[in-house]
Amino acid sequence: MPKDQNLGEYLRLQGVSRRGFLKFCSATASLMALPPSAVAQVAEALATARRPSVIWLSFQECTGCTESLTRSHAPTVESLIFDAISLDYHHTLQAAAGHGAEAAREAAQEENKGEYILVVDGSIPVGNPAYSTIAGISNLDMLKNAAQDCFAIVAVGTCAAFGGLPNANPNPTGAVSVSEIIKDKPIINVSGCPPIPAVITGVLAHFLTFGSIPELDSLGRPAAFFGQNIHDRCYRRPFYERGQFAATFDDEGARKGWCLYKLGCKGPTTYNACATVKWNQGTGFPIQAGHGCIGCSEPNFWDKGGFYSPISAGMWGTREQLLGAAAVGAALGVGSAIAARRRQKKAQETVL
Amino acid sequence: MSSLDTIPVATEVATGNVEPLLHEIRHALKRLASGGEGTTIDLTRLPLAPSEEERIEETLGTGEVRAQVDALGPTLIQETSYPGVWLITHKNVDDVVVARFIEVTRIPELLRSQQADIDAGIDRLEDELRN
Repeated sequence: MPKDQNLGEYLRLQGVSRRGFLKFCSATASLMALPPSAVAQVAEALATARRPSVIWLSFQECTGCTESLTRSHAPTVESLIFDAISLDYHHTLQAAAGHGAEAAREAAQEENKGEYILVVDGSIPVGNPAYSTIAGISNLDMLKNAAQDCFAIVAVGTCAAFGGLPNANPNPTGAVSVSEIIKDKPIINVSGCPPIPAVITGVLAHFLTFGSIPELDSLGRPAAFFGQNIHDRCYRRPFYERGQFAATFDDEGARKGWCLYKLGCKGPTTYNACATVKWNQGTGFPIQAGHGCIGCSEPNFWDKGGFYSPISAGMWGTREQLLGAAAVGAALGVGSAIAARRRQKKAQETVL
Repeated sequence: MSSLDTIPVATEVATGNVEPLLHEIRHALKRLASGGEGTTIDLTRLPLAPSEEERIEETLGTGEVRAQVDALGPTLIQETSYPGVWLITHKNVDDVVVARFIEVTRIPELLRSQQADIDAGIDRLEDELRN
C-alpha cells in the first residue's frame, strides 16, 4: 500500500467491496475488544487512516512473539492490518541483511521522525551489552537511538515488557525491560510468553484506527485485553465456586473438567485475554486443554514459585512458613495449599 | 491407539452465561419490536464453556432465511427460529472463524447492497455498455 493512500482507497483498489470492508471492520472492532456498536466509528476512521511506519527491534528473545503473530489465526484481518502498516524494519522477516538492513532502519527513522511506532520484543542486557548485539550495535544503544524519534513504543512479550525469562534469577546478562531504559515515551506493554497474536494486532489496529494510545492498566498494558484476570473469565470458574478441584492430572476431578487451582493454576492473579480470545484458531487455551495457567503475562512469572504450586503456597514462600501459618489456623486456603502441594509432588512425578 | 474422542474427558461445564444471554436477546427483541432499535452481541468475547455455544445455537434454532456473503472469505448469515434474531459467522479465506455475532435486527446490514458498491457497479455497467 503506497504511503500517500488511505486504507479505504487501498482496499477498494484491491477489489475489496464495501461489504468486505464492513466485515473487516466488524472483525477488527471485535479484535480490539470494542463493543459492536463501535463498528461504524471504526469503519469511518479506518477508511481514512494513513499508513503508519513500524520499526520492529528484536533483542534478547526466542522469536516466539514473531512466531505467534505470523501464525495468527485470523490471516485475513491480520494480513490486511499488516498491509495497512509499513513494516520498515524487522530483522527476522525482512529480506535485507547487514549494513543494508541497518541503513533501511535509519532511513525509516529519519523519514518518519516523531511518527513511527517502535515495536520491541526481547529484553535488553545492560549488565554486559555484548551479550546481544545487531550489526555490532548493542541492544541498549539501538533502543535508545530508535526510541528518541518514535511516536510510541509497543513492548511485545513479557521479555520486553517486564524482563521475562532473561531477567529470571540469576539474570546473568543483567536483562531489563524497555520501560526501565526509556522514560520519555509512551510505552504499551503487550505481555505474554508469547502474547496472544490478536492482542498484538489489536494494539496496532488501535493505532491505525484512532492514531492514539489505548487505555492502559497499572502495568502499562492495554486495559481492553488485560483488564480482567483469567480466573474471572474462565469457564471452569463455577467449579471453583463450588469447591470442586482437580487434585492430580489424572483424577476424577481432572476428567470432569474441575477447577485447576490446586494444580497450580495462576488464573486468579494473571491478567490476560486467553479465556475469551483463545489460541490455536480459537480452539482453546491452556486451562481448556487441562493445564493450569502459568501466569506468563505477569512480571517475574518465572520466579514466583513452581508452576504446579497453588497460588497460596507460592505467596507464603517456604514450606516452614506454610506450616507455621497453618499452625495458627490462619486460613482454610493455606491448609488446602499444603495438601495440594503434596499432591503436586505426586502429579509432577507422574508428569515427569 | 484409540482416537481422541474416545478418551473419557467431560466437557459438559456450565458458566451460567447462557441463560442471561438468552434474556439479553429477549430484551433486545422487545426493543426491536417496539421502537425498531437493533442490538449486536459479540459472541467471541463471552466466556463460554466449550459446549455452551452449541447450546445457544440449539436453543435459538434455525429459521427461514440462510445466506452466504463471499467477501474476504465466507460469512454465514442465519435467521434463527426467532424472527429478528440472526446468527452471523465471519470466516476468513481459510474457512477459520474470525468473529461471531448475534444481531437482533430486521435485516443484517451486511445483506443490504452498499452505496459504494452500487456506485462502482454503475461505473462497471456503463463501461461494459460502452465497449
